[in-house]
Amino acid sequence: MNPTPNLPENNPPAPASERADLRPESINDAVIRLAGNSQDGIQSAGAFLARLAGRSDQDVMTYMTIPATISGGPSIFQVRIGTGEVLSAGDEADFLVAFYQHSYQDHIDFLKEGGVLLYDSDNVEPNLDDKRFVYVGVPITGLTVEALGGTAKDKGKNIFVLGLISKIFQLDVEKMKKLIGEKFAGKDASIANTALMAFQAGYGYPVGKVLSHQYQFEHVAKKPGAPAQITMDGNQALAYGLIAGGVRYGAGYPITPWSSVMEILRSELPKYGGLFVQAEDELGAVSIALGFSYSGNLAITGSAGPGISLKTEAIGWASMAEIPLLIINVQRGGPSTGLPTNVEQSDLFQAIYGGHGDSPRVVLAAKTVEDCFYIAIEAARIARKYSTPVFILSDTSLATRIEAFDEPKLTELMQDPKPDLTPLDTHKPYALDKITRHAPPGTPIRDGKYPLISGLEHDEFGHPTGSPKLHMAMTAKRRNKLRQLAEEIPVPEVFGDAEGDTLLVGWGSTYGPIHDAVKRALEHGEKIGAIHLRHLHPLPNGLEKIFAKFKRIVVVEMNDQGVYGFGQLATILRARYCEPKIQSVTKTDGLTFRVREILEDVFQGRTFAEKKITKHAAHAPEHIDTAPENVDSVKEVVPQGVG
Amino acid sequence: MSTDTLTAEPPREKLTKKAITADHPTWCPGCGDFAVLACYYKVLEKRQIEHEKIVTLAGIGCSSRFPYFVNGHGAHFIHGRAVPLASGISLARPDLHVFLFGGDGDGFSIGGNHLDHGARKNINMTYVIMDNFVYGLTKKQTSPTSPIGFKSKTDPQGAIDQPVNAMKKLVASGATFVARTHASQVNHMIQMIERAMDHPGFSVIECLSECVEFFPGAFDNANPRKGGAFEVIEEKKYDNTPEDEARHDVTDELAAYKLAQIPFPGVFGVFYQNDRPTKNALEKKWIDSTREKLGQPTDLALLQKTFDRMK
Repeated sequence: MNPTPNLPENNPPAPASERADLRPESINDAVIRLAGNSQDGIQSAGAFLARLAGRSDQDVMTYMTIPATISGGPSIFQVRIGTGEVLSAGDEADFLVAFYQHSYQDHIDFLKEGGVLLYDSDNVEPNLDDKRFVYVGVPITGLTVEALGGTAKDKGKNIFVLGLISKIFQLDVEKMKKLIGEKFAGKDASIANTALMAFQAGYGYPVGKVLSHQYQFEHVAKKPGAPAQITMDGNQALAYGLIAGGVRYGAGYPITPWSSVMEILRSELPKYGGLFVQAEDELGAVSIALGFSYSGNLAITGSAGPGISLKTEAIGWASMAEIPLLIINVQRGGPSTGLPTNVEQSDLFQAIYGGHGDSPRVVLAAKTVEDCFYIAIEAARIARKYSTPVFILSDTSLATRIEAFDEPKLTELMQDPKPDLTPLDTHKPYALDKITRHAPPGTPIRDGKYPLISGLEHDEFGHPTGSPKLHMAMTAKRRNKLRQLAEEIPVPEVFGDAEGDTLLVGWGSTYGPIHDAVKRALEHGEKIGAIHLRHLHPLPNGLEKIFAKFKRIVVVEMNDQGVYGFGQLATILRARYCEPKIQSVTKTDGLTFRVREILEDVFQGRTFAEKKITKHAAHAPEHIDTAPENVDSVKEVVPQGVG
Repeated sequence: MSTDTLTAEPPREKLTKKAITADHPTWCPGCGDFAVLACYYKVLEKRQIEHEKIVTLAGIGCSSRFPYFVNGHGAHFIHGRAVPLASGISLARPDLHVFLFGGDGDGFSIGGNHLDHGARKNINMTYVIMDNFVYGLTKKQTSPTSPIGFKSKTDPQGAIDQPVNAMKKLVASGATFVARTHASQVNHMIQMIERAMDHPGFSVIECLSECVEFFPGAFDNANPRKGGAFEVIEEKKYDNTPEDEARHDVTDELAAYKLAQIPFPGVFGVFYQNDRPTKNALEKKWIDSTREKLGQPTDLALLQKTFDRMK
C-alpha cells in the first residue's frame, strides 16, 4: 500500500539486505504472512496477532487461505496491522514466516524487497545469495519440542512463533498472554500452560543476535470517548448481527464456508430463548426456517452456492407466499462443488434470479467484516417491513478474515423479536392496495376469515386462482415492493473524485482492494472514483447521475466475464442503464483481488496517465458495446454477440 | 419467548363446523379425501380448539389441497417439504396445534427423507397421509405405494418396483405414534385422529383414501360395504385375562413389524406408540437450563457481554 518502505531502520548482521538501513524505527503498517501447513495452527497464531492489534486500537485486516483437504496441506494466514485505516490485506508482505521449504518457495515472491524472512532453520534452506531480503533463521521445530518437554510432537510451533513476533514487533506481552489465557479458558489448565511455555520460549529467544532491531508500531492515542475495537471474522459478524437484528430462529446444513455461522447460532440462540436446527438437508433447512418465519419469528437459513441451489424452490415459495426469510450465501468458487475453500462472487445471478417464475427477492452484499454485522440487521429490517425473502451475500474471504472495527452501539441497534399476534378485526394476507403483513397463527381474526398462505397464485385471501387479471396484479404487487424499497435505499457515496475519467464499481468483499486501488491511482494523477453497492437488488435509484459524471465505468468483480464479455454485476448494470460505457474487469483465480491487479486490469496496457479509452466514450454512438475496443479492459476480448 | 396476547377479548364463540369450513373442495366426486376432511372438522368441533391456534398445513398433491378447505391459519407449501415446514412452526410455537395433510407421493417419495427425520427427531405434530396408491393430481402415474402390477401411465406394463410398506417405514424411522385407517371407516378415523393429536410427538396416520378416478376399487377388500373385511387391531387391555395375551402391545416394536407384514389389506389401528421425549421438549430443556445458568439475562446484556469478550 505504501510506495516507500516503512519498516524501521535496521543494520542486521550479514546476510542482510543493503536496503534494510532505509527503514524507520517506528512503523505504521506491516504485513505479516505466516506460511505453513493447515494443521500447524497458523490461523490461531494469526488470529492472536489480529486480536491483539484490535485491543491496541490498531486497524487490522487478515487474509487466509485454507486447503480443501480434511487435514494438512499448505495454508497461509496474513495479518496486516496498521495505525491508519486498513482496507486490504496487502499485496506484499513485509515479514514472511516460513515453516517449510514449500512455504518459503511458494511465498518468497510475496515478500517485499528489504522484507524479513523468518524461517524454521530445521526445515527450510533459503537461497541466501538472493540479497533482496533479510534472513532470520530460527530452529523453530527443535526449540518448540525442547521447550515443551521434548515430546516427539512439534505442536506449539505456532505459539512459539507468536512469541518471536511479539519480541520483534515489541508487542504488548501482557495483553498477548491474557489473550492466550482467554482462548484456552475453560479447558484443561495444562493446555494454557503449555501454550504459555511455548510463547515464553519464542519470546525469550535471542532473536536480537540475528536481527539487531526490533520494530514498534506507532502508538495512536485513543481519542476520548472513541469506541473500543471489536475483533472478529465475517461469519461471527453475520451471526451476531442477526442476533442484534432480532433473529432468534434458524435452520441450516453444514457446508464450507457457511458452517461457522450455524455453529455460532446453534450455541448462541438458546441463550436468547431461540433455536437453531441442524436439518437433514438443505431443502429441510430452508423449509424449517420458513416454518419459523410463518410462525411469526423471522428466521435465517444459509449455505454456500451448492446448498442455495437446493433451497431455490422454497425461496420461490417465500417470494410467492410473501413470507419474510433471511438467506445467507457465503459464496465460494463454483459451479458444482467447485473450489470449496476459495473466493468467488459468482452467485449474484443465482441470488437475484435463481429459481423458476418471476420471484422477486431482495439481495444485499456485505463489503467488510464490520458490514457483515450491520447488513444482517438491515436485512432483517427489510424482510420484516416488506414480508419478502432477503439474501445476504458474503464470501470465503469475508468469512475467514478477521478485522477490527468500532464497537457497535448495541443499545441503539437491538431489535425486539417477539412475534406480533395482535388480534385483527379483518385480515387479507395479500391485499392488493398495501404491502403484505403476515399474520402468524395465533392471531385471532375477529371476522372469522382466516388467512391461507399459498404458493399457488392466489386472491387477496390466499385462495387459489387462475385469473389472468389476478396473476398480473399479484405479480406486480410482489415486484412493486422492491421498487418501493429502492426509493429508501441511499445512493452510495463516491469515494475519490466525484467526477472524472474512471469510476470503479464494486460489490461485496472487493471493497478494500478497490478503494486502495483508487487511492493509489489518485496518487498517480488519475481522475478516478469508486462506488460500492451494498444493495444489489433492487439497486438504489440515482446511480445514473453518478455514472454521467465519468467517462467510463469499470465494474470490478470476482467472477467470469461470461459469453458476452461482462461479469455478473456489469451485465445487470448494462441491462439496467443501457449504458455502453460500462466495462467489466473480472477474474476467476479463486483469490482475492490485489490492488496492483485491479490497476493493471483497469488501466490495461497503458501507463496510468493514458486515457485512450475516453476517446470512445466521449463520442460513444449507441450500442458501441459490440465493438471490441470498447471492452478492452477485459483481458480476453470476446466477440460480442448482442447489440 | 412469550407469545401470549394479553388483549382482552370477548368471550369465545363455540367453534362450529361452519366456522372452520372454507372453499368447497375441488376433489372429484366420490374421492376418499372428502371423508378425511369431514372427520377433521368433526374432531376440531368436538375438541373445541381455539380457532386461531389451529394450523393446517400441506405440501403438494390432490390431498394437499386440504388447507384451502379449512377456514383457519394455514399454508400450502411446496412438494414434499411440509414436514420440515411444520417442524419449524411446531418448535417455535408450543401454543399451536399443528396438523399436516398430504398424500403418498408427497410423504413417501419426494418427501421421504423429511419424513424419516421428522420422525427420528420426534417433532410434535399430527400428520395424516392420505394414501391412494397413485398420483392423482398429475393423472395416473405410479406412486411409491402402488402395488406391483398396477398399470399406470408410467408403468403401462404394470408396476415392477416394490412398494413402500408405510407402517414399517414409519416405525423404523422412529415415529412415536403410527396408525392406519381407512377413509370409509369414519368412526375409526376420528378415533385415530384424536389419539394422534393427544400424542405428544410425531404422530402419523396412514389413511387409505380411494382415488375413484385413477385407482377405483383399490381398497374395496378392506371395506365391508364392498364385500371386504376391515380388521381392527385388538390392543392390550392389561386386564389379566387369557385373551389379553394375544392382544397387540403398541409399545412392542417387533410386534408392530409383524402386523405390518400381514398382506394387503392388512390390519387397521395403532401399530406403534411410545413416549420418547420430543425434540420440542429436549430443545426447551436446553434453552431453559442455558438461560437459568446465565441468570435470565436480557438480550442486550447477553450480546454486550459477547462483544466485551471480543475487545
